[in-house]
Amino acid sequence: MTSKSLLTEDKRTKARNAAERRFKSYGVAAIAVAMMALAILLTSVIVKGIGAFSQTYVTIDITLPADRLDKDGNRDPAEMAGVTTIGYASVLRDGLIDTLAAAGIETEVSDRDIGDMISKEASATVRNRVLANPDLIGETVNFNLLADGRIDGFFKGRVTMETASRDQNVSPEQLVLAEQMAEAGIIETRINWAFLSLPDASDQRPEAAGLGVAILGSLYMMIVVLVLALPIAVAASIYLEEFAPKNRWTDIIEVNIANLAAVPSIVYGILGLAIFINFMEFNQSSPLVGGLVLTLMTLPTIIISTRAALKSVPPSIRDAALGVGASKMQSVFHHVLPLAAPGILTGTIIGLAQALGETAPLLLIGMVAFVRDYPQAFSDSAGLFGDPSTALPVQIYNWTQRSDPAFVERAQGAIIVLLVFLLIMNAAAIILRRKFERRW
Amino acid sequence: MKDTSMTKNIKISANNIDVYYGEKHAIKDVSVQIEDKTVTAFIGPSGCGKSTFLRCINRMNDTIDIARVTGHIAIDGEDIYDPRVDPVQLRAKVGMVFQKPNPFPKSIYDNVAYGPKIHGLSRNKAELDEIVEKSLRRGALWEEVKDRLHEPGTGLSGGQQQRLCIARAVATEPEVLLMDEPCSALDPIATAQVEELIDELRQSFSVVIVTHSMQQAARVSQKTAFFHLGNMVEYDETDKIFTNPEDPRTESYISGRIG
Amino acid sequence: MSLTLPLLFIAALSVGGFFIARSRAQSAAGGDIRKLASLPRQHGLNTALSTAIPALFAILAWLFAARLLSYRDAAPIWVPLAIMLIATLGFILSIMRVSVTFRARTAAEGWIRSLLIGASVIAILTTVGIVFSMLFESINFFSQYRWQDFFFSTNWAPNFRGNSDLGILPLLWGTLYISVIALIFAVPIGLFAAVYLSEYASRRTRSVFKPLIEILAGIPTIVYGLFALVTVGPFLRDYFAQPTGFGDSASSVMTAGLVMGIMLIPFVSSLSDDIINAVPQSLRDGSLGLGSTHSETIRQVVLPAALPGIVGAILLAASRAIGETMIVVLGAGAAARLDLNPFEAMTTVTVKIVSQLTGDTDFASPETLVAFALGLTLFVITLALNVLALYIVRRYREQYE
Repeated sequence: MTSKSLLTEDKRTKARNAAERRFKSYGVAAIAVAMMALAILLTSVIVKGIGAFSQTYVTIDITLPADRLDKDGNRDPAEMAGVTTIGYASVLRDGLIDTLAAAGIETEVSDRDIGDMISKEASATVRNRVLANPDLIGETVNFNLLADGRIDGFFKGRVTMETASRDQNVSPEQLVLAEQMAEAGIIETRINWAFLSLPDASDQRPEAAGLGVAILGSLYMMIVVLVLALPIAVAASIYLEEFAPKNRWTDIIEVNIANLAAVPSIVYGILGLAIFINFMEFNQSSPLVGGLVLTLMTLPTIIISTRAALKSVPPSIRDAALGVGASKMQSVFHHVLPLAAPGILTGTIIGLAQALGETAPLLLIGMVAFVRDYPQAFSDSAGLFGDPSTALPVQIYNWTQRSDPAFVERAQGAIIVLLVFLLIMNAAAIILRRKFERRW
Repeated sequence: MKDTSMTKNIKISANNIDVYYGEKHAIKDVSVQIEDKTVTAFIGPSGCGKSTFLRCINRMNDTIDIARVTGHIAIDGEDIYDPRVDPVQLRAKVGMVFQKPNPFPKSIYDNVAYGPKIHGLSRNKAELDEIVEKSLRRGALWEEVKDRLHEPGTGLSGGQQQRLCIARAVATEPEVLLMDEPCSALDPIATAQVEELIDELRQSFSVVIVTHSMQQAARVSQKTAFFHLGNMVEYDETDKIFTNPEDPRTESYISGRIG
Repeated sequence: MSLTLPLLFIAALSVGGFFIARSRAQSAAGGDIRKLASLPRQHGLNTALSTAIPALFAILAWLFAARLLSYRDAAPIWVPLAIMLIATLGFILSIMRVSVTFRARTAAEGWIRSLLIGASVIAILTTVGIVFSMLFESINFFSQYRWQDFFFSTNWAPNFRGNSDLGILPLLWGTLYISVIALIFAVPIGLFAAVYLSEYASRRTRSVFKPLIEILAGIPTIVYGLFALVTVGPFLRDYFAQPTGFGDSASSVMTAGLVMGIMLIPFVSSLSDDIINAVPQSLRDGSLGLGSTHSETIRQVVLPAALPGIVGAILLAASRAIGETMIVVLGAGAAARLDLNPFEAMTTVTVKIVSQLTGDTDFASPETLVAFALGLTLFVITLALNVLALYIVRRYREQYE
């Protein structure tokens, strides 16, 4: 038999090796595209959202005039409450005008427009401080006040001279003035932790909007999910994995759970709306209903991972327990469950993370409502977790629906917060798995 | 059946082969000369390295990340570990049959045609048909499957599947055929058929067979090598190994004291 | 009537019952617990469970019955009394059974077992709840609106003053169009990524890139939605749609499809990865042993062998895409349209469920009730896809087990 030398690559092998390299490069390209998508996504979120963590403040000394804020002069908070925020707004405006004059800044901007450079939220802030401490009246007090959202946007690059010329809410002259104020140290942009604690704010004042209520609402829902989903999922998994006979009935339950894990989340929202709100008449927008819906949604996920964790405990452990006379129940609760615990916890954390980021079902149960009051965990009127609330992902959606682009920055900032929470949860799951992982 | 002529060419010449799997030293300094048109058997207790060594001959160890091979193996005088050698071309020349029958989840025809297709051995369908028939005949399977060539190969019995895998290996016209315990998953009747087939294959190929069955080695091979703990202990005529081994370890294994 | 009192009563009796039964068992044994058929704490556990479980179940039953009968007022006085009576009965009966020979462990395990079964039944109840919650309102809807018009009309124009056109076809079209684009994007990338990671990549590369790709799976859909709204949408509009004259909408089928595709990449790749790994190594060896290259082995042996599993994975991904809400709410637009232009805004079933059910809704009007019919349609479609996919994947796994 004549045979070709192995040392020279024949033509066909060359072509085949080229095809091999091509095929391999498709794989590399696919991973590169995925990585690029991830990088662009994260960069986009961070670049557009980091601004929400800083805020522009106006620092001014204001003499609080007694004749305008406390006409009767008896410093009685009940009577002083008669002066509305509009009354305070004019005080702030005059204070700012005086400060500008003292700093030697000359401007063509009208008094009214100067006043508008301070956030509408600021007058409420000052009013609350005065009402809490009436003795301030007549004094000259140094205030740190939120600047208007447009001015804030100017310092963050969102608002420019060009956009301002087309905007009714801000004029290029105001921006020039803002620059002068910045040079004089009257206005400055700095880190804004209040973003995490303040409640939402109305359309006109994006600069004051925060995530306080949303974070609290999400926390309450996570508590509900954890308290309900973990025990139910563990119980169901133990039954299905350890006790259930293999028959038609348990087969239906299995297929059913696998299917529930793939049911679109919005369908759970319809379920929540129909069952918990229309039928059971629980409070709309309440963390209780949100938590219940998310519990039902995450149950299948947690059941599936719990069963996997139980399955990974080798049968020899069960046999050993049964061999010394333990009942089946004892072998499960004393031996199998503790050994499966790390896997179960990991699965639960991942289920919670999924629940934390879920939006669609919460929209349907009314959590998208505008809520400014921090919800109570328990109140006499609404019961356990019954206060209306919102949640992180819904707050993000809510902000994207507002007209002022400043809210989009808020939404991106909220996404950073959400992702940080998810990162922490997933990291915890990974650490847990690494630390307790057992190979049989 | 026994062929004792000393005129045979050396087909495969392996010198100073060492194989490492990660930290494990699996083959220790093995050298062996394998003759053309001969059945050579590798025997030894499980884990002795005989399969590992077999997989060096067509560089199947390349597909395992942690495996590292040193030494030289030449086929027809050409070093197969030379960087210029493409393992793909090598494996066309050195066919392999595995322990467990592993037909592809395709039809019987496509299983056999797979090799010729990828290596471009036929110019048209008629030629391919011819190759398939010829290979199935050489695999002693043609009569059993000629009416159902387009049924899945996985539907055959275990013995038939293994003969299909042999036909599949033969179809690429290799010069050497490596068989890694080809009968370990088969029943005695199927084993007998495959053994008969191996004896016929000797006319055209050099066959290297790994087996854990000493009887099988005695039945099918002319030369036998005994492996133990990664070393090749003894290599000689099959008759001599089984009747008058030189090394005491071989003797212990043959007589059933180790293994 | 608040149920706080019965709840506290049950808790107290149950905890108290544990200790009482335990000490009774100890005294029955005369201090030598070896005489007992079951340990004292197992007697305690049996009493605690016998007290709590029937009574708690009674509370749930009452809550459910009250809603079912539309009973709005506080519960009549007999309800808490009956509940407390049930708890007391369970307590007394189980205490009386404490004896040297009583197998308290078996009895307690019976209660625990019933709890376990109850927990697994919740999964069934959820499905039943889903179906019924949508079925009733859908029937309600179809009594006000002709089903022929719902399923076959090509016009979607809800009008809250009545006389709406509520044809599902434009919504289904948008849903399918977006899903197909998402799959065209995600399937090749996900599949090639899976093939590369499981067949070519070194262990190190795999350990870096697999988790990175999975990060994409952990990102909430609202994040993808906002990404579509503020980044991808304007980008596609400014660099593709406007220059080519395809339109000037940032919300479009393409925007939503592309972003949804990114979301599905990890889904496709991790499912395919599992499936490719399930293909036995012996098949790869057989092919490599014949002298085929790695890519020939993958294309002609591994992928055909894995095909059923991969089809199942793609069906699951399709089900995901069809049911996805936030990406399309923020990226696809709200206009119901039957159009071929991928740079045009279109809308989906899920978007309309959200828009018809949020805001001020009147649960008697067809404009609101249609959301339930849409939900039911969505559920049926995804259910069919899921069951088919699960069946295929299951069959596939059994083949290689």
